Amino acid sequence: MSEKGIISDIKRYAINDGPGIRTTVFFKGCPLNCWWCHNPENRHCGVEHLEVEDREKGTGTKMEIVGREISSDEVISLIKKDRVYYDESGGGVTFSGGEPTLQMRFLLDLLKRCRELNIHTVVDTSGYTTMGNLNRMKDLVDLYLFDFKVMDIEKHKLYTGLSNTRIKENLEYLLGIGNNVELRLPLIPGITDTNENITEILEYLSTLSGISDICILPYNILHRDKLKRFLLENKLGNLAVQEKSVITDLQDRFLSKGYNVRIGG
Amino acid sequence: MNDRISQLRQQSLNAIPSVSLERAELLTEFYKSGEADKVSVPVARARAFHYLLSRKTICINTGELIVGERGPEPKATPTYPEICTHSQKDFKILNDREKIPFRIDKKTASIQNKTINPFWQGRSIRDRILNSVGEDWLKAYEAGVFTEFMEQRAPGHTVLDDKIYRKGIHDFQKEIENQIDQLDYYNDPDATNKHDELRAISITGDALIVFAERHAEMLESLARAEKNGNRKKELVKMARICRKVPANKPDTFWEALQYYWFVHLGVITELNTWDSFNPGRLDQHLLTFYRNDLKSGVLTEVDARELLQAFWIKFNNQPAPPKVGITAKESNTYTDFCLINVGGVNESGQDAVNELSFIILDIIEEMRLLQPSSMVQISRRNPDNFLHRALKIIRTGYGQPSVFNSDAIIQELVRQGKSLQDARNGGASGCVEAGAFGKESYVLTGYFNIPKILEITMYNGIDPESGNLIGIQSGDVGSFKTFGDFLAAFHSQLKYFIDIKIKGNRIIEKLWSELLPSPFMSLLIDDCIINGKDYNAGGARYNSSYIQGVGLGSVTDSLTSIKYNVYDKQHVSMKDLLKALKTNFEKSGDLRKLLKDGTPKYGNDDDYADDILQDVFEMYFQTIDGRPNTKGGAYRVNLLPTTCHVYFGSVIGALPDGRYAGVPLSEGISPVQGADRNGPTAVMNSAAKIDHLRTGGTLLNQKFTPQVLAREEGIIKLGQLIRSYFKMDGHHIQFNVVTAETLKKAQKNPENYRDLIVRVAGYSDYFVDLTDDLQSEIIKRTEQLL
Repeated sequence: MSEKGIISDIKRYAINDGPGIRTTVFFKGCPLNCWWCHNPENRHCGVEHLEVEDREKGTGTKMEIVGREISSDEVISLIKKDRVYYDESGGGVTFSGGEPTLQMRFLLDLLKRCRELNIHTVVDTSGYTTMGNLNRMKDLVDLYLFDFKVMDIEKHKLYTGLSNTRIKENLEYLLGIGNNVELRLPLIPGITDTNENITEILEYLSTLSGISDICILPYNILHRDKLKRFLLENKLGNLAVQEKSVITDLQDRFLSKGYNVRIGG
Repeated sequence: MNDRISQLRQQSLNAIPSVSLERAELLTEFYKSGEADKVSVPVARARAFHYLLSRKTICINTGELIVGERGPEPKATPTYPEICTHSQKDFKILNDREKIPFRIDKKTASIQNKTINPFWQGRSIRDRILNSVGEDWLKAYEAGVFTEFMEQRAPGHTVLDDKIYRKGIHDFQKEIENQIDQLDYYNDPDATNKHDELRAISITGDALIVFAERHAEMLESLARAEKNGNRKKELVKMARICRKVPANKPDTFWEALQYYWFVHLGVITELNTWDSFNPGRLDQHLLTFYRNDLKSGVLTEVDARELLQAFWIKFNNQPAPPKVGITAKESNTYTDFCLINVGGVNESGQDAVNELSFIILDIIEEMRLLQPSSMVQISRRNPDNFLHRALKIIRTGYGQPSVFNSDAIIQELVRQGKSLQDARNGGASGCVEAGAFGKESYVLTGYFNIPKILEITMYNGIDPESGNLIGIQSGDVGSFKTFGDFLAAFHSQLKYFIDIKIKGNRIIEKLWSELLPSPFMSLLIDDCIINGKDYNAGGARYNSSYIQGVGLGSVTDSLTSIKYNVYDKQHVSMKDLLKALKTNFEKSGDLRKLLKDGTPKYGNDDDYADDILQDVFEMYFQTIDGRPNTKGGAYRVNLLPTTCHVYFGSVIGALPDGRYAGVPLSEGISPVQGADRNGPTAVMNSAAKIDHLRTGGTLLNQKFTPQVLAREEGIIKLGQLIRSYFKMDGHHIQFNVVTAETLKKAQKNPENYRDLIVRVAGYSDYFVDLTDDLQSEIIKRTEQLL
């Protein structure tokens, strides 16, 4: 039987969401509320009617439907369209969001079907989920892209709305049951890219085994535009993007500890 | 590049294209003398060629290593009055127009008026053609249903193989003598014609040797006067080269390049062939010379690079000849489409990429000239590092090299009846046209405006621009009960106009073979000598005639829209749709929005639209492919527009896909501008639903912002994208890495740029959906990246 879920978009020729050429399915709904979120329209579960800037007219606002209900049959048939590209590039499908594990039945159905089709799967997660969910996905996910933001609990709460305790437990659990995990660190100027935060992350990582790949994501300003379009508050203000040297210095810090570091985006 | 090359390059860039009447005057002199009347047509043409090359100004530019110009100086461009004459009005347009002008001084205009036009008007092949093709042809031509390539440029379109690197002109002349000796005047009714043709070919060989020797003489006198010892030595060496080639076969890299260049000038002086001749598989032809020279120490890698750079500049000094009338409108470029092929496979099907392939890519990147054009042939056998090297040049936004699928080209050529070896030695030329290099005449006969056929169908055979009945009366579209009825009417109009085109082509091909044979080209292309038959008369081993379909995306979307909105969903009646088209959607904004935004479109991997694409392709293919031409070969199809989609768009009113009257059509097999919204894999999947292997070439353009190609990873993934398209038999793809300028246009005029995607980590969006501020920010960053 085909499950149903709510997604905001499906993007083809996704080249920054895991290995090779991929199709990325954006699930709707996320427990976190990060200030720098690139997909703020994906926070809430369910199809929404949102007031947005009317860019065609150039002034005023209009109503826009965000999200759509879709069956896993339909998602799979779309995914299958680009098989030739996955085969050529070692790519596949990425389930992203939002937080895809919030729609677990739908996600599990999709993962199982991809397994049957022998399509490589990536789950891009905030880490804020249950161990039960992680268990149910065991053997169905080829790679987790695991977001990791701030070590300090209070700051984590401030910038994302929730504590990072569960996220850390889940990361440890995932590694413990032998999953492939790439850690993704969004570098937000003055928040996550501080000397203090990076030092703490490195210390924490030294206590874990099984992490070898880290992807650092330099700050970019595109989230501002979306916040504006969806008439949402920009709590971050107008931050400037990091200098190249800042990024390479950070990269070096991880490299010197023996991690494979990729600059994403 | 060193100072010498940098100066020559700058000279080429600075040279202002002008019209030179030297060739026209010499030719007129020759024909007025009465010499031409005493001999057969091919011999007269050969003597005219000899007359030109014995008398034209010899130009050797300061510091040059490869010598010879078509005109008296760089970018001085000859006219070909035996083909078409320029009126004073044509000259004025050419001189005054803002884009692609040719400088024409008063003296030139006066000579044209007094000497050239009085002799050639009425005699030129263009006048003969326009007097012969008939009323129905002229009506369709004037309405913009098709263009005609051979009314002002010669049916060239061929590329050289490796023969000149193995044989000197003397060797060719020995073969000619052998053929003449074997002629059977008693039993072969064609023997006398063959004799005349073979003699003519031999005379053109003499002409080229004379031309080279005149360069040698000038080089010798320059050497005597030269103070600088190094340059003096160079000039002496160059004079020796010009005494040796083309008369004899080349033995060194330098000789090979100079030999080719004389041959090139010969071809473009004899006639103004379309889609100019070029050396083709340069990295293959020169490899043995390169390796031998390095081994023997006569050449270093640095020398080879300098010679190639000098060679490149020579191409840039020869703009495409100035056109007249409609052709000037539809083909507006200085480029003469010399497409150098790099990579691919060799005759036995093995990976042919070598050290010279990489050196040539460096030259392409460093020279960054309009001419010659360049492409890489990518076979599944070719290594990724070669593809990646090419992509890194593309990333700089230069638009070259374009990328071709060798394995598809070979299958296309074999399907058309070429031997596997000839196919593997071939490639693509012009824009994207597959050919058996050195052995095929593959003439493009004209662009065909497929969406115009749809418009004529909508109006029951009437061209709404003029109100004239130019088609057949295929029925009142309002009375059609099903989409099938509509499609059948479209099909019958298509057949009608293709028949007119082919009938016209037969008349035109015959005129060319009788009036303007090309004996020098016949020296170069197999098997003209063996057959004793001219290139323009079917002497080549393979003879193909193409009709190039234009506007596939536009016609697919328009037919899809009719099926979807009129028949399937019944959103609008045919009558109301016609009314909206007639008024250019003046009061039908909502309908237009539905047609543009609420209707399936080609390029989105949506079978609803793509099925219609396949229908249109089949109709076009079945109507043309395999029909015999006058040269013993057959008609074939390809799908490419050059810049004709702009002209063709200008003669069509509003279309059912929501396109406004007069705006450009879709180009090549690319989707309608801005219609594809699902990214490049969807575009390629849609495009791959065309059976490329039954064409002789298709053209797919893709736009990317430079951010997509950033870093090694972007290049690797683009390479994988291309390999995937080629796995599905895609013929060609070309990348426009969009410049800040394009983005600025998109900011102003979003409708045509809706497909432009901006990608960064975890996020991608359509450029036109971003706010002005952010768009400006991205423009700024793009300027920094390029």
